[in-house]
Amino acid sequence: MAFSPAPRWLRQGAALAILIGLAAAGASVLGAARLPRADFVLNNATEIQSLDPHTVTGIPEGRVMRAIYEGLTVKHPETLAALPGMAESWEVSDDGLHYRFHMRAGAVWSDGEPIDARDFAFAWCRLLSPETAAEYAYQLWCVEGAEAWTLLPDDRMYRVADGTWWQEIAPGRYRVGFSAFSTNRHGQPLHRESATPPPSDPRFPNNPSTHSVGDWMFAKWLPYGVLAPFRAEGAPGPAVANELPPDSRGEVRSGMYDEHWVFEVEPTAEELATLRLLSAAEFRDFAWRREVGIQASEDGTTLDVTLRQPTPYFLDLCAFYPLFPVSEKAIERAKERWPSSWRIEWLKPEHLVTNGPYRVAFRRVNDRIRLEKSPSYWDADHIAFDTIDLLAVDHLGTSLNLYLTGEVDWIDRPIAGVIPRLLPREDFNPAPYLGTYFYRVNITQPPFDDVRVRRALALSIDRRAVCEKITKSGERPSYSIVPRSLDGYVGGEMRHSTSEATYEANFAKDLEEAQRLLVEAGYGPDGAEFPTFEILYNTDQTHKDIAEVLADGWSKQLGIDAKTLNQEWKVYLDSQRSLDYQVSRSAWIGDYLDANSFLDMWMTGNENNRTGWGNERYDELIRAAAAEPDVAARQRLFDEAETILMEELPVLPIYDYTSRNLANPRLGGFAGNALDEHFTKFWYWMDDAELAEKRAQQPSDWVRVPARGPSAGKYPPAGRDAVIRCTLPGVDR
Amino acid sequence: MVVERSAILMLRFLARRLLWFAITLFVVVTVSFFLMRAVRGGPFDGERALNPAIEANLQARYHLDWPQWKQYLAYIGPFNLDDEGPRFLGGDGTRPWSGVLAGDFGPSFKYRDFTVNDIIGQSLPISAALGAIALAWALLLGLGAGVASALWRGTRTDVALRLAATTGIALPNFVIAGFLVILFVFLLPWLPVAGYGTPAHLILPGFALGAPFAAYIARLSRTGMLEVLHQDYIRTARAKGLPERLVILRHALKGGILPVISYLGPATAGILTGSLVIERIFAIPGTGSHFVNSALNRDYTLAMGVTILYTVLVYALNTLVDLAYTLLDPRIDLEDES
Amino acid sequence: MSGPKTRWNAGGRDLEALFAEAAKHKGESLWQDAWRRLKANRAARCALVFLAVFGLTALLAPALPIPSPVTLDLQLEPQPPVAPWTSFGDHGFEPDYWDLSAPDRALVALRQAVFGDWQTGPWMGTDAKGRDILARIVWGSRTSILVALAAALCSLAIGVTYGALSGYLGGRVDNLMMRVVDILYSIPFIFLVIFLITIVNEYRIELEDNFGIDREVVFYVVIGAIYWLTMARVVRGQVLALRKAEFIEAARVQGASTRRILFLHLVPNVLSVVIVYLTLTIPAVMLFEAFLSFLGLGIEPPKVSWGLLAVDGSESINPIRIYWWLIVFPAAAMGATLLALNVLGDGLRDALDPKLRGKD
Repeated sequence: MAFSPAPRWLRQGAALAILIGLAAAGASVLGAARLPRADFVLNNATEIQSLDPHTVTGIPEGRVMRAIYEGLTVKHPETLAALPGMAESWEVSDDGLHYRFHMRAGAVWSDGEPIDARDFAFAWCRLLSPETAAEYAYQLWCVEGAEAWTLLPDDRMYRVADGTWWQEIAPGRYRVGFSAFSTNRHGQPLHRESATPPPSDPRFPNNPSTHSVGDWMFAKWLPYGVLAPFRAEGAPGPAVANELPPDSRGEVRSGMYDEHWVFEVEPTAEELATLRLLSAAEFRDFAWRREVGIQASEDGTTLDVTLRQPTPYFLDLCAFYPLFPVSEKAIERAKERWPSSWRIEWLKPEHLVTNGPYRVAFRRVNDRIRLEKSPSYWDADHIAFDTIDLLAVDHLGTSLNLYLTGEVDWIDRPIAGVIPRLLPREDFNPAPYLGTYFYRVNITQPPFDDVRVRRALALSIDRRAVCEKITKSGERPSYSIVPRSLDGYVGGEMRHSTSEATYEANFAKDLEEAQRLLVEAGYGPDGAEFPTFEILYNTDQTHKDIAEVLADGWSKQLGIDAKTLNQEWKVYLDSQRSLDYQVSRSAWIGDYLDANSFLDMWMTGNENNRTGWGNERYDELIRAAAAEPDVAARQRLFDEAETILMEELPVLPIYDYTSRNLANPRLGGFAGNALDEHFTKFWYWMDDAELAEKRAQQPSDWVRVPARGPSAGKYPPAGRDAVIRCTLPGVDR
Repeated sequence: MVVERSAILMLRFLARRLLWFAITLFVVVTVSFFLMRAVRGGPFDGERALNPAIEANLQARYHLDWPQWKQYLAYIGPFNLDDEGPRFLGGDGTRPWSGVLAGDFGPSFKYRDFTVNDIIGQSLPISAALGAIALAWALLLGLGAGVASALWRGTRTDVALRLAATTGIALPNFVIAGFLVILFVFLLPWLPVAGYGTPAHLILPGFALGAPFAAYIARLSRTGMLEVLHQDYIRTARAKGLPERLVILRHALKGGILPVISYLGPATAGILTGSLVIERIFAIPGTGSHFVNSALNRDYTLAMGVTILYTVLVYALNTLVDLAYTLLDPRIDLEDES
Repeated sequence: MSGPKTRWNAGGRDLEALFAEAAKHKGESLWQDAWRRLKANRAARCALVFLAVFGLTALLAPALPIPSPVTLDLQLEPQPPVAPWTSFGDHGFEPDYWDLSAPDRALVALRQAVFGDWQTGPWMGTDAKGRDILARIVWGSRTSILVALAAALCSLAIGVTYGALSGYLGGRVDNLMMRVVDILYSIPFIFLVIFLITIVNEYRIELEDNFGIDREVVFYVVIGAIYWLTMARVVRGQVLALRKAEFIEAARVQGASTRRILFLHLVPNVLSVVIVYLTLTIPAVMLFEAFLSFLGLGIEPPKVSWGLLAVDGSESINPIRIYWWLIVFPAAAMGATLLALNVLGDGLRDALDPKLRGKD
């Protein structure tokens, strides 16, 4: 049976309605999209994870965070030295363990509320707390008690006795943690109070440290490093106790620096009565005050920080975004108003409360973040730009085209193909950058368990070809894992020929050595055939190019058959982590100006090691360096450690990074620095006079490009002379 | 009486469609949910490996430490999965409803300031605006070229039009986009190179996005027209002495574009949900990029959200197409549809 | 096959001869007619010749005197083309390839025997790694064509079987089978692809060692296994129309099995549609390969495909310097091939479609 056709007017009307609807939708979408161009536009390359400084990691995130928040310190745009930020001044104790920050008077949040030391205590507590699930929580673990705070198991109710916590897991049955804040692996106490020896029990000749709760006794026999619970009545005698095998009782949970013991007991009601019952929140508060070295004064004017080990870069760390403050009041307000969705609501631009030079005015996923100058910022007089746009364009070609057509003023990654053409231009300023590009080798499998094979591979990499023909922007061939751009650091390099005058001659000698090593390892014409292996890399043009060149080189120079294997990012990470690879492309960018950033990851079992390599002496050196207050002695420890690493070569260094900023020549207050960090706070547009002055100083063979932007410049309200002027760096072009 | 009966038929048709839609959606959601988690890597893997304790905190925060069936149930519907066992319609205690059944796709794992609903709500209108432009000109050009080429079959015009149409299908769209950029941005500086904000920003991407569709529509409408032009009723119309213009517009076109209509269903779904390639090259913040990026980022909730969006759109548009068919061609009966 | 034959024998020699002759006539008329019409179509003829030449070039690539597509000679930037009349060739050939199969190695040996180390000049320029674009296009055509054929054939096998079965069985079964297709349509492609890539990568070594299968081949066969959906729909529609036809009824009355009816009677009759659709699937797969290369999920170097070349080329579009030869030549090769395939598909449809027959 046929469905009778609709009348013509209906059909035509429907068609018309659909068309009008589409047009209206299009128009309204576009109408909402219209924004005037910002004073400054940069391409941030990706949509950032979040506006919450505590849950993000990554370079694009850092740019936004530094613009909208401010830590205790800020960094100088060129030297990266710590300048006063939210803290007006600070004092450091002689042993480098105690910091006292004096807060800036009159600083306020963007909602007008004052900001003081208590806000920082709250923020740091939030960063460390497990429920925040901050990936960068470990950045603050240099503070005493902070690591244990992050690792503290957090469930419902606790009963607390001196040095132990009790948690009911089933009726009558309790989980007991013996000093989550115990000693670190070297036997040094992390627990401030336990720094004085615990009372010894005369019954135990070995003088174990003990804690008792009612009839329960917890004893830790220091020689064994073992903890056992037992009833005081009918307790095991000394002889038995001394013979306890090291892992007899309880569950040992170890973190990187400490271990603690968790086990289950069934206490009597009387015993329980001796414990104080605390809610989880109370318990955390109790533990925080007792154990963590972060204390704000009552009036909020000072913040005292106690470190567990000397951390020379702690002031720099204070300018790092995980340590930025967030407004407790704003979060509480959001919790009240949106009980189920406050986690998202408080971060919406219209609700977000910040303390930095800028605040978020508008945000659209995958498009842009529009920042506007925050009038309540303490240093607003020194902020030049009124609005800044951060775009999220991830296609490299598009990003470059946007820059070249003047729609964007700064990009940090032009496509590699045009770099030779960019090098002579005044707006392209590569600078040494604290990052290393290297290959990891999975040393758990033959043939790579043989150090001679690894050395042969490392020696026969034509690093200069990679730097000059592939990456092209002045990268330096690298023979070490710590980049040489780190000021004042020497470190150990892998052995390679340096005696000849030219790179070619040195490389030829290295090749000979490599071939000799392979023969020595039993491969080559008279020996076994070297098995085909795979070079793992993640999807990216440069990584692909380098892998191809290296595979080609190894097959030509050493007669080794190497294939390349491309995996998409997440699978690649998984392969690396589970050691399901042979040789894998890797890179590491330093978070702070310290060699430790590149060295502690190679300790045995570190989650970033991912090579299967481990060396006891190396671990010892890194640990010793962590506890060493003296800069020179620390340096010597790092030197020795890196020498070991470069002797064993679980990683094959290839080159040191350079940053590749392409920025409008009119931009002032912008410098290349070792961390490639840039600060909206210091930016301004030069006027024509200053631009001409700048150009007069730069080498005459640099090609000038049109400097877009206001010819009268844009200076902060404080005036033309109140800006920080930077010199642009340079690598050999 | 005819109207009543057809109304009943229509309702039955829609009811059956709805049933199948529910089944399809259920299967798609289930399969995608488990397929995605079967792929190696997780949403929180990064260059820097996490300390196991911190990783555990993160997993717990997003309930990834639950067994998969439990995650699935929590994702699907308002099941409270605490220790007391599932409690229907209880939600997590802070709100009465949750889960896909309540139209809540949850928070995105990667873009943590947004719910999946927020993201789709922001990006879908943009993709739709771009899609509308692409579709409009694909229809205009495609139908025009197709009809013209059918009418003048075998002439040079026909050959030229078909050649042009085939080029639209023969080149990857990033190549077409590349040529467009060279031509209209660098050689003739008329249009912005990329970005989003003004109507001018949508012209090039709209053109590039619509090109293959235009080409396809041209081919389909040519074939359709050729078939119709040989039908008896056209001959009759011509024999009656109707002017050729009327014959084409009134009679032939209606039958000739039927194949185009059936193609439009899935095509519109594809075009409205955007294209990853075009959106990346022209930096358009639409939905298309989320299809691939969410999968690559292992952003489970966002990936599920766009999957469901796509399924719903495909299904709704296909149903619309089937309805449009009956409106345009009285010979087709809804009853025959299955 | 033996069933009917016995019956014919029982019926006597005359009958068998009659059947044989009838069969011959029928076979001749459809295909020969189609072939005649195809030959009459100039565009389709050109397309066919073009494809044949291109296919041959791809097949014989190792024997051609072109540079190796993988020998690296790192440059600062891509080198522009040099006209053949300026630099026709040189003697710099290095027999440098990835793992080749035995026939390919033989062809390379042949090439060295005939041409020695002579090779063509950079007529289409080189890329930044000094690899000859012409050589890469020719070698890329092998991958792209192989990929497309593998995927298309795979989609053919699954799609035709599924579609014919669904259409022939009809009713509820048909309904159910088609809904399954609907569901599969709605699952976003990209998850499946990423999933498959992971799986295939996981077992790459086992696959190569035990079965001698390249993971690329596996991968694209699997892609083909996704592309069968439309094929199934098309075939099912045709079969649905045919299954009430008298010759099918006749076969059924004769007691032929379902399988026999499907593959002996139904499938040959929908072949024309299938062939036409096939010529559309091949371009689709090639474009899909390009799309995957765009995402970086495509073919693994040192191997090369057109998609990879097109991506490399389109990356280089910027106002500072347009390395036009990187994009124009691969795009031209790809465009011309797909164009030819489409034209051939159109020609085939015109030639095979009975409804249009005799109306030109």
